[in-house]
Amino acid sequence: MTTFVLLTITGVGLGALYFLIASGLSLIYGLMGVLNFAHGAFLTVGAFGMWFVESKLGGLSVLPRFLVASLAGLVVGGVFAALVELFLIRPLYRRHIEQVLVTVGLGLATVALVTAVWGNDARPVAYPGWLSRASTVAGAHVPNVSYLLIVVALLVLASLTLFLKYTRYGLIIRAGVENRAMVTALGIDVRKAFTLVFAIGGTAAALAGVLGNVYFTTADPNRGTSLLIFAFIVVVIGGLGSLRGTAVASVVVGLVQQFANYYASSGLGDLSVVLLLGLVLLARPRGLSGSFA
Amino acid sequence: MTRLRSLAVPVVVLVVLALVPKLTVDIPYVFQGSIDTPGTLQLLALCLVFGGVAMTYDLLFGYTGLLSFGHALYFAVGVYLVAVSLTRWHWSFAEGVLFSVAVGAALAVVLGVVSLRVGGIAFAMVTLAFAQAGSILALKNPFGWTGGEEGLGTDYTRLPAAFVGIFNTKNLYWLALGYAALVFVVVRWAVGSSPGHVWQAIRENELRVQVLGLRPHGYKLLSFVLASTLATLGGVVYVLLLGGATPDVTGANFTLTLLIMVVIGGTGTKWGALVGGVLYTWANQRLGDASSSHAVSSLPSVLRTPLGQPLFVLGVLFILVVFFLPGGIARSGRLRSALSGISTKRTEAPAVPVER
Repeated sequence: MTTFVLLTITGVGLGALYFLIASGLSLIYGLMGVLNFAHGAFLTVGAFGMWFVESKLGGLSVLPRFLVASLAGLVVGGVFAALVELFLIRPLYRRHIEQVLVTVGLGLATVALVTAVWGNDARPVAYPGWLSRASTVAGAHVPNVSYLLIVVALLVLASLTLFLKYTRYGLIIRAGVENRAMVTALGIDVRKAFTLVFAIGGTAAALAGVLGNVYFTTADPNRGTSLLIFAFIVVVIGGLGSLRGTAVASVVVGLVQQFANYYASSGLGDLSVVLLLGLVLLARPRGLSGSFA
Repeated sequence: MTRLRSLAVPVVVLVVLALVPKLTVDIPYVFQGSIDTPGTLQLLALCLVFGGVAMTYDLLFGYTGLLSFGHALYFAVGVYLVAVSLTRWHWSFAEGVLFSVAVGAALAVVLGVVSLRVGGIAFAMVTLAFAQAGSILALKNPFGWTGGEEGLGTDYTRLPAAFVGIFNTKNLYWLALGYAALVFVVVRWAVGSSPGHVWQAIRENELRVQVLGLRPHGYKLLSFVLASTLATLGGVVYVLLLGGATPDVTGANFTLTLLIMVVIGGTGTKWGALVGGVLYTWANQRLGDASSSHAVSSLPSVLRTPLGQPLFVLGVLFILVVFFLPGGIARSGRLRSALSGISTKRTEAPAVPVER
């Protein structure tokens, strides 16, 4: 029973990490039809932005240092994503294949640049000691970072849902996902929404980078690429463009991976996620949910 | 007459390339050392293998319009099964090669039938997922065959004597050249055949092909199996050339590399993929060498650091090609029409929604 509780909470925690990456991917694809291969680079930029600022703030005590650095990482990730949209994606408006190709090149080049500047090794990150300890729930010692991941992902899900539902730009984005041509025909400039969606997605990915630094205790230039593949799987299982579907799929994938890795052998969890994707796509080619959040 | 001319160029290129190991010319900056040295021949052979594999990817992406993110899987089957069957199972060389190619083809049939049920982005994701499964198998090494992250060397006592030893690099070069030539001939023949015309029709407009009464699924499967089997054969040549298997050929990044080669060279053209594959491989290798050279190490660190990462330079170059040379190198003559805003790529649905 304690093992079950432990695996469930850590599995949902892992799913929360996937959700932070996948939500941006899903929104970008839903609105713009771009499969963003540079999303892993946003994560890496956020993670190294946080690590870099933290290493420069040696004088402060751990908690303010961690908070300031995390905020810096988020800002860097969001701004980077917005700039990518403005200067690299926008000029190729309506040419989807070229847009995907540009994100492929950007993803490879950014990771290579980070590796060139800071080396290929993972860099240790400082964070409050509370996060490296565990709390006992129903007899299971669950690492505190899992709670943090779950709470942050829930906050992101809630604020994204509220934003999409009750603000003007949220309305434009929802309408744009539904039928972009119609929104344009009604005289609304969707392109501002494109930049906004990239900035939101980039910030969420950077948040995943910052929390990933805590979860894995280091900043690693190659983490973005390896997490991106699972985020893709989550997005496809959840149904491209659907926020709710993405949230459900993240949790399912996190749980499947955690349980299979524990009860079968390590590595089987990753394989079963791939198998799950195959099954879902064959049964429902449009993903679990075809609709938008 | 035109038929004769279209044959003449490839034959001349083949003859010239076949004579390369006999040359003792030293081309500074382009190659390190004279052309007939084993190091240079090895690099040239690698260029030709990747040029050939890029052509197989072009068959899928450039000619049939199938954006696969799992082509690395079939290449890796050739690389790993030869290494495993020779080293772990102590099979003979011929058995290992035949088995690998047979498995590559059979796997392509099974996975092709499954993944071609979906199209577009979903197809890209399913192929990515299958390739990822292969990559996990190679890395986690559940049966103790693949050597995990270390990779696996081939048992050289089981290889034909002509392909063993640094002295025989020229034979490996000719093998790689033979592979590239074989792929070139097969791809030219296939895209000129009647299924080949259907592939290009599917690329342009799949719905219209259906309306004409053809079933795209079978044609797409044919293209998928042919491209995958040829890629497996490329993996066999690669493992002979490198003397072992490493897990980096299994990953998604390897497929992305093939995509970059094909786009830089020019998709769906006669020479584009081959030229792209050769240039990319050469640049990747030489940029790595150049970063340790005197000319680069004397640069200020702002320039030196990024230039030391071939993938950074190639990634930026790739973005520039997508922006300013949309048809790749092979179509660079049409640069002006591209710049004036005419794109040959399909665009999305018309701006005014159509009633259904």
